[in-house]
Amino acid sequence: MSRPAQPWLVRATHWANVVLLAVMAGSGLRILVAYPFLGPRGDEYGWYPLQGAQPPSALTLGGWLAGARHWHFAFAWIFVANAVVYVAYLFASGEWRRRLFFPRRDARNAWGTVLHDLRLRKEAPQPIGLYNGMQRLTYTAVLAMAPLVVLSGLALYKPVQLPRLTAILGGYDVARAIHLAVLVALALFTVVHVIQVLLHPRTLADMTVGRDERPEEVS
Amino acid sequence: MSGSTRRGFLARGLRGAGLLALGGGLACDSSRPHAGFLGVMERANEGFQRALFDPDRLAPELGEDEETDLEDFRRYKISREFPVAPAGWALAVKGLVARPLTLSIADLKRLPRTRTRVRHHCVEGWSAVASWDGVRLAEIARLAGVDPRARYVEFRSFDAGYASSWDTESALHAQTILAYGMNGEPLQREHGAPLRLYSAVKLGYKMVKYLTEVSFLPVRTGGYWEDRGYEWFAGV
Repeated sequence: MSRPAQPWLVRATHWANVVLLAVMAGSGLRILVAYPFLGPRGDEYGWYPLQGAQPPSALTLGGWLAGARHWHFAFAWIFVANAVVYVAYLFASGEWRRRLFFPRRDARNAWGTVLHDLRLRKEAPQPIGLYNGMQRLTYTAVLAMAPLVVLSGLALYKPVQLPRLTAILGGYDVARAIHLAVLVALALFTVVHVIQVLLHPRTLADMTVGRDERPEEVS
Repeated sequence: MSGSTRRGFLARGLRGAGLLALGGGLACDSSRPHAGFLGVMERANEGFQRALFDPDRLAPELGEDEETDLEDFRRYKISREFPVAPAGWALAVKGLVARPLTLSIADLKRLPRTRTRVRHHCVEGWSAVASWDGVRLAEIARLAGVDPRARYVEFRSFDAGYASSWDTESALHAQTILAYGMNGEPLQREHGAPLRLYSAVKLGYKMVKYLTEVSFLPVRTGGYWEDRGYEWFAGV
């Protein structure tokens, strides 16, 4: 029995997410332009190296603060809806078994991949089914960032009406730092992800037309 | 291609996609955020914010040690200079009320005094803390005898027409006050003297300074920033 490497719902939500994440990141950066500092007024965080640095305008969307805020709060719901569809499918279809990181299956393989990529080991570990261990670890970590970016965003949107959430995240200004940190992490992931795809073009075909079929893993 | 052209291209592309997907009239136009799809979503978000709003939920009152240094608390104005109150200044309370009121600062200071020290959230993304002394708007509403049909409250100022309209629920929240004092001192001109609106449950631009009029109305009006495209509800 075999199934496509990337079933159509995975492909659809993946490419929708590319557009939605670009809208959220661009409008979010335009919001940051209005006050490119982290930390409460008069007590800005010393550890943040980019205090006062304006995000490059080529990366922003929305034109001005009110425009960007409207884009951000309009598309946040669609971003969440798309993520909910993906996660529901992930579990309903059983796809989670071959996509999520399970230490017993993937940890040794992930470590082997890291050693290979660092040229410390000659042979690359074989993928276990769809992905190798390092891919599973990375994709699972990226999925885990989605709730963090949404919850920190909600705390920024409604810090008074969602007091417990805001307090758990360390308050309004910490939530703002978390929200930006997740964006930085997602941007770094995207750079590495695109490089890896360029090195392995077949994966792009899998994610676009999705006709490539591979035997289903046994484990 | 310059950054702005590329951005324009991206925005046009997204707008085009929006048009195709939604069948026209629902485009995303950054320069007109109340219109099209962005406007539809602003109204949906107002519904979300109203559903989340609990009139009895108080923002945490903070300690004096959390106050922001006065010089770090930003000051905004629309007029070229910080406005000065006209001679004989008094606050007019009017609209759908049984007893229209005219209140001087001395009148306001005779009413029950409230102090609130909560985190201030600016639309730009910064936060700061100050303590504010004044009278709950709910107290003024009680004195004036507000008609239940007044679902909106409009605040006007002598700062070049700066104004804002609110939902009555947020205006009557226990931490929404007409403030004549800040950090234990009389309110300074730069912060809205003689009287300004202060609230724990709205973004800063909703808190009208240099107040002249409070009107209880059956319909919503806009506001200085709201008419220029900023969100009307703007709760936090």
